[in-house]
Amino acid sequence: MFDFNIVTQWLDTLLMSFLPAWATVLIECVLVALAIITLYAVFAIVMIYMERKVCAWFQCRLGPDRVGPWGLLQVFCDVLKMMTKEIVNFRKTDQLLHRAAPFLVVTASMVTFSCLPWNKGAQIIDFNVGVFFFLAISSIGVVGILLAGWSANNKYSLIGAMRSGAQIISYELSIGMIMLAMICLTGTMSFSEICQQQENLGWNIIRGHVPAVLCFILYLIAGNAECNRGPFDMPEAESELTAGYHTEYSGMDFGYYYLAEYMNLFICAGIAATIFLGGWAAPLIPDWEMWNEIMLYVPGFVWFLMKVFFVLMLLLWERWTFPRLRIDQLLNLEWKYMLPMTMALLVVMAICVSFGFIWN
Amino acid sequence: MSNQINPTIVAAAELHATLASLKAEGYDFLEVLTGVDWGEEGLGVVYSLTKTATGEMTHVKSVCADKDNPYLDSACDLWAVAGIYEREAYDFYGIKFLNNPDCRRVFLREDWIGFPFRKDYDESQNPEFFLESEPISDKAVCFTLAEDGKVKKTETPIFGKNDYVVNIGPQHPSTHGVLHFRTRLDGETVTKIDAHMGYIHRGIEKLSEGYAYPQCLALTDRMDYLGAMQTRHALCMCVEQALGIEVSDRVQVIRTIMDELQRIDSHLLFFSCLAQDLGATTAFLYGFRDREEILKIFEKTCGGRLILNYNMIGGVAYDLHPDFVKDVHRLIDEVIPHGLKEYHEIFTGNVIFQTRAKGVGVLSKDDVISYGCTGGTGRASGWHCDLRKLRPYAAYDRVKFNEITFEEGDSMARYMVRMKEIEESCSIIRQLIDNIPEGSIQEKMKPFIKVPEGTYYSAVEGSRGILGVYLESKGDKTPYRLHYRSTGLPLVNVMDKACCGHLLADLITIGGTIDYIIPDVDR
Repeated sequence: MFDFNIVTQWLDTLLMSFLPAWATVLIECVLVALAIITLYAVFAIVMIYMERKVCAWFQCRLGPDRVGPWGLLQVFCDVLKMMTKEIVNFRKTDQLLHRAAPFLVVTASMVTFSCLPWNKGAQIIDFNVGVFFFLAISSIGVVGILLAGWSANNKYSLIGAMRSGAQIISYELSIGMIMLAMICLTGTMSFSEICQQQENLGWNIIRGHVPAVLCFILYLIAGNAECNRGPFDMPEAESELTAGYHTEYSGMDFGYYYLAEYMNLFICAGIAATIFLGGWAAPLIPDWEMWNEIMLYVPGFVWFLMKVFFVLMLLLWERWTFPRLRIDQLLNLEWKYMLPMTMALLVVMAICVSFGFIWN
Repeated sequence: MSNQINPTIVAAAELHATLASLKAEGYDFLEVLTGVDWGEEGLGVVYSLTKTATGEMTHVKSVCADKDNPYLDSACDLWAVAGIYEREAYDFYGIKFLNNPDCRRVFLREDWIGFPFRKDYDESQNPEFFLESEPISDKAVCFTLAEDGKVKKTETPIFGKNDYVVNIGPQHPSTHGVLHFRTRLDGETVTKIDAHMGYIHRGIEKLSEGYAYPQCLALTDRMDYLGAMQTRHALCMCVEQALGIEVSDRVQVIRTIMDELQRIDSHLLFFSCLAQDLGATTAFLYGFRDREEILKIFEKTCGGRLILNYNMIGGVAYDLHPDFVKDVHRLIDEVIPHGLKEYHEIFTGNVIFQTRAKGVGVLSKDDVISYGCTGGTGRASGWHCDLRKLRPYAAYDRVKFNEITFEEGDSMARYMVRMKEIEESCSIIRQLIDNIPEGSIQEKMKPFIKVPEGTYYSAVEGSRGILGVYLESKGDKTPYRLHYRSTGLPLVNVMDKACCGHLLADLITIGGTIDYIIPDVDR
């Protein structure tokens, strides 16, 4: 299988050969940052186009089809429009917090984005407590949302932000429990090791059988809630709160929220693909030599993206089928059903692992 | 069949006692309250009461004693709906209703001078255009009779100083029009709603007083745009019955079919908008996809899709399109049954919708009668208020259909009533469509229609309740007073009652299922 380490090591030795160490590190950091930003933007555009086409498909519509072939340029036009729009500031908003909030949201989203393992050796942030780091960083986003709601000095925004705070903090518990259950299975918190292990031993969703499948389903529900996506989009709830916490934002400030929402969805799907579906690991089947050889020809990042888009389809399907929950029902669902279930799953998983009821 | 009414004249002092005794006799539903300026005779109101058990009506007329300072006793302790009707009469005629706790203006601006429906109203008192934005009243006005015989005005604030009041509207996706709810919240719980109306009030009733009868027809489609056929049907029927004209059987059947198509159209839009309000965008588009088929049928025959201009006094404007029967068959046999199946699969059975609708916004049968909530909202609470059964008109006496009623009175019941009514409407159309009688589509009318002197009242079952037309004529070619019983006004008025104690998100579900249309409220 293609190992991305070859590329990074080649670049590193090349730069080291004629530059001092500090300059090498600096150049590498800049290159990595550029790569993150480019990938972030590219995938946001892909996601927006995909969302529109997929929801149109669910709704017996055509979706965008006027700008460019199959409406491909529509998203670029929208991005351009958003970037050139005037940013309106209101006198009664808290200027500093109001301006800072979208950056917090988008920063949290970008940092979590760089935790994703794209390919063997192609991982930007990777260390032994990667999962823990991911959970910690993703919580920063909610601060941005709360600030947005508070600083806007708008009643809709405030209600939206309060809902969002309650919702994200609640559902993070479930996500954490699910992650714990899976770490129980893998025995490591490093994303690269989780992937490597799955290439060697088989995907976690198969290794962990019943508890892992249940974890996966609960993760899809909690993940949609974490991303403020329907049926859990109460913080926005356009039919109640017009636009929730980002009511008062315009132009690119609003664009950041929009971007972060889509990318959080991508990250949510990416983590699901990594933890449950093997990340960049190819679907290898013991004793099927021919099959395995063909599968290993496909580079890891292709596998990763295929899995991510599969999970994205599941999330979109969920989004476009259900009506919106009410805030009390949403919190009931988390505290009365999801959390006890994930706790029970953690115990079941621990029992399975300690008594060896797993497929290796 | 004449629709002339002869209201019993009651002295102002005895009005309240008379109304109370009529209510005790079984006239428990205040169908409509019409303010009228009788010129020399003075200002007054006509109360139209109905026995909910039989549909029998009686009308009571009362004239204010003093023309310069007109006042009457309020009936809002007898019927909750009287409160909003009296506000309307106060707004247009300046009749003060004593002891009505909230006798503010309802449609006109707070700073409006004079009362425009009075015959001696001087238009020049108000500027042609108001240049400053509209002040919104924060104080409820109550008129009482002081001991010295003078009318005393007391003002109480609507909201307290520290109340958390959120504006739902006038620009809001879920108010289904330009409606403004000032909503007091305690956390997420709604504790009070003050509806502010009149943003798109066009004074259709006032305009009609200067128009000839055929001209008045043009305005009816613009009131309840999802009940355009029925509203126009009501006015045509009222004028025809007043003139003593019998329209042909063909026209009666065509009108019935069109009314039912309109009802299906309205209920499909109800479903779609409710789904959209609850965030189920897919279900929303399914509804619109099927509604399009009805609009195409309308377009072929009437030329219009929303504003149809089809009914005429003495008949209909055009004969049916040659494809009409075929298209309608396709609609009721294929499109609607298939659509309904999909709606139930994707939306009705969904556990999220069920939990959001069941037990939410419960209105008891007494509430809906007192608040005058007719149509699906009334039937969801077990009130048999379908005029097609109570006082059959057009071709409704020759078709068999069920009046759908539920006992629960919650959002789910209101939703199910409409979904089942779509099926009943299909059944009505199915019974009529294959044997539309031959005959003339338009009776010969005089070039100038003059309705003989008198007072007339006709009502039809609109898409969302009883749509009545009160017509007073002095024998001219224009009506002396034309008043519509709006289906939406009582429905908006009940929102406060239905929503209090529920969450903000429930306000949207309740508003969606109560199903009001703003242009019909703001006539």
